[in-house]
Amino acid sequence: MPRILKDFLSRNGTGPGLVMLGLVLFWTVGLIILPQLSMLDFSFRPNLPPPEMGGPKDVYTLENYKYLIYGPEGGSQAYNTVDLMVFFRTLVAAACVTVFNLIICYPIAYYLGQTKGNHIRVFALMLIIPYWINEILRAFALRIIFGETGVLNTIFTGIGLFDTPFDFIRNDYALYAGLGYAYILLMIFPIYNVIESLDHNQIEAARDLGAPWWRIHWRVVIPYAKPGISSGCTMVFMLSAGALAAPQILGGPSSLWFTQLIYQQFNDSSDWPQGAAYAVVLLVTCVLLVLAVMRLFKVNMGDIGK
Amino acid sequence: MVAGVGVDLENLWIRFGDFVAVRDANVNIKGGDFFSFLGPSGCGKTTILRAVSGFLEPSEGNVLIGGKNMKGVGPNKRPTALIFQNLALFPLMKVWENIAFSMEIKGASAAERRKRADELLEMIALEGQGDKLPSELSGGQRQRVAIARALCAEPHVLLLDEPLSALDLKLRQHMRTELREIQQRVGITFIYITHDQGEALTMSDNIAVMRAGVIDQIGEGKTIYNDPATPFAASFVGENNVFRGKVKRVSGDRVLVQSNRSGELLARISTANLGRLKEGDNAMIFIRPEAFELAKTGTEGDHYVSARVINEEFEGNVFNIFMEGDGGKEIKVSLPNLGQSFDSHKGQTMTLKYDVKNAVAMPAGVLATE
Repeated sequence: MPRILKDFLSRNGTGPGLVMLGLVLFWTVGLIILPQLSMLDFSFRPNLPPPEMGGPKDVYTLENYKYLIYGPEGGSQAYNTVDLMVFFRTLVAAACVTVFNLIICYPIAYYLGQTKGNHIRVFALMLIIPYWINEILRAFALRIIFGETGVLNTIFTGIGLFDTPFDFIRNDYALYAGLGYAYILLMIFPIYNVIESLDHNQIEAARDLGAPWWRIHWRVVIPYAKPGISSGCTMVFMLSAGALAAPQILGGPSSLWFTQLIYQQFNDSSDWPQGAAYAVVLLVTCVLLVLAVMRLFKVNMGDIGK
Repeated sequence: MVAGVGVDLENLWIRFGDFVAVRDANVNIKGGDFFSFLGPSGCGKTTILRAVSGFLEPSEGNVLIGGKNMKGVGPNKRPTALIFQNLALFPLMKVWENIAFSMEIKGASAAERRKRADELLEMIALEGQGDKLPSELSGGQRQRVAIARALCAEPHVLLLDEPLSALDLKLRQHMRTELREIQQRVGITFIYITHDQGEALTMSDNIAVMRAGVIDQIGEGKTIYNDPATPFAASFVGENNVFRGKVKRVSGDRVLVQSNRSGELLARISTANLGRLKEGDNAMIFIRPEAFELAKTGTEGDHYVSARVINEEFEGNVFNIFMEGDGGKEIKVSLPNLGQSFDSHKGQTMTLKYDVKNAVAMPAGVLATE
């Protein structure tokens, strides 16, 4: 028996230890790894009616992946430009949402983390409570704000800023705002957590040595908060790229999110293998992107867990 | 090299809501002085330091550095550098980057910064340690890095907020000497905050003794020790025995006090209190443990104290005798160990003699609580 396991069991007692271990294994293997493996398996198979599954036609194929790149066989175009565009736009938009979220959340997290007093708890509550409302309602609330006859347009046309109502939804502003808003907590709290543990004397020391505020952030606070920033960015990016409700409700009619394509294939076309292939591509690309960015900013995997 | 400049506090008041942290402080610190603010925790000494460094705006009064009023000048624009109690080194920067941080702000090239950092590292006897992280250094080394980082900014005034309190005793004593040496070498003004009278006495040119937001006495260590201005200064700086009583007679700087339990005692009125004692006043007389010598038992007079010995201890350089004193407090007597033999007198009554100039009298007041 490996030492770590022995330690774990002796610390928690054999019975409870085994139960905990079993639950964790069930969760990771049974609920995450196995279903994902089955999705991976699906993605390499042709879409067959149930009676033919496991039959002679059920062989491994790259057909579903080729479809994303080349489109339907005998199609008019050389590449599946529509889907590929959606794919890349989703990734770029998710990255933009992440960056905007970071820009908005860093000052909030800094303020929360470095200010003392009871009002901080009130602020934190005010950030958390809106999340009691479910995602769909929050998305529709944003439609009310951004809609053609919505709050913003009424105000802006009212004060004469716009002549005609601006279509926030068709131009995807509502979508980005919705996505940004949806994951704001996942950005704030990891950064807040780290900054809260930053000794305020370090900020004062930097200031005392002559540093202007931006340099204090650049050289002292941000390097210290890097684990929190990377963990927040990772979560926001992954979840934005994989979001479904917000794009569904807030996206313009012409702009699809890649997850919507996946959803259509699973649900509308009942083409599970095709949907699985798209989902796998999205997952793998996101993971690779995150790893590449982590490498670029010299963040360790261990930091993400902080 | 930068010359030290003077720091003046003029009618300085600092309030936090209803709480008065500093009450009407007036201090003139000479350029190049090693000046200490000495007082128990919560007496307002750190508040004064924060007002000098610019992290805190005084509620009233002025802070002048080099004769210039610092009102509205931020901490990053003042010619001061602060050494924090916990040092506040930047943990993610290498030692040399820490030291040269102030040059980085001014836009110095990496080569220039490295060169200056190496010079300072040599000065603090840490050559070749520049590429380490602060966490890889020992407590004393980190202490010196913090000093180098502050000195690199070429401040005219260095402010130190109890920087030795986190070190162990041996290192603390060593760093006292070292700090004093550094101060004499660089020649700038040091303002030092401490609750440790040993640190204040050994290092400072001048000391301000503070109590509850008020400066009780300013002067050289020797003056404060030998000629305290208030009962607080007398009892906070060094060990002291207090005798309470009523003034019987005053003549010149001499006062005869009818003490509560040690008979009539003759004492010298401390300089700051001359003319402030008259017949019938409540007075306190302070006599240091080392100011006593043994006298023949039964001798009496106005500079003799007789009391029963409660306890005795041998401390190495001194032999301490604890005797029954005034108000439940023991009288402590420290006799220097000159190789003579000490017989135990536990339970017996002993008579002690003191030199009148070593007994300091002043109007009764608040003592430092231990």
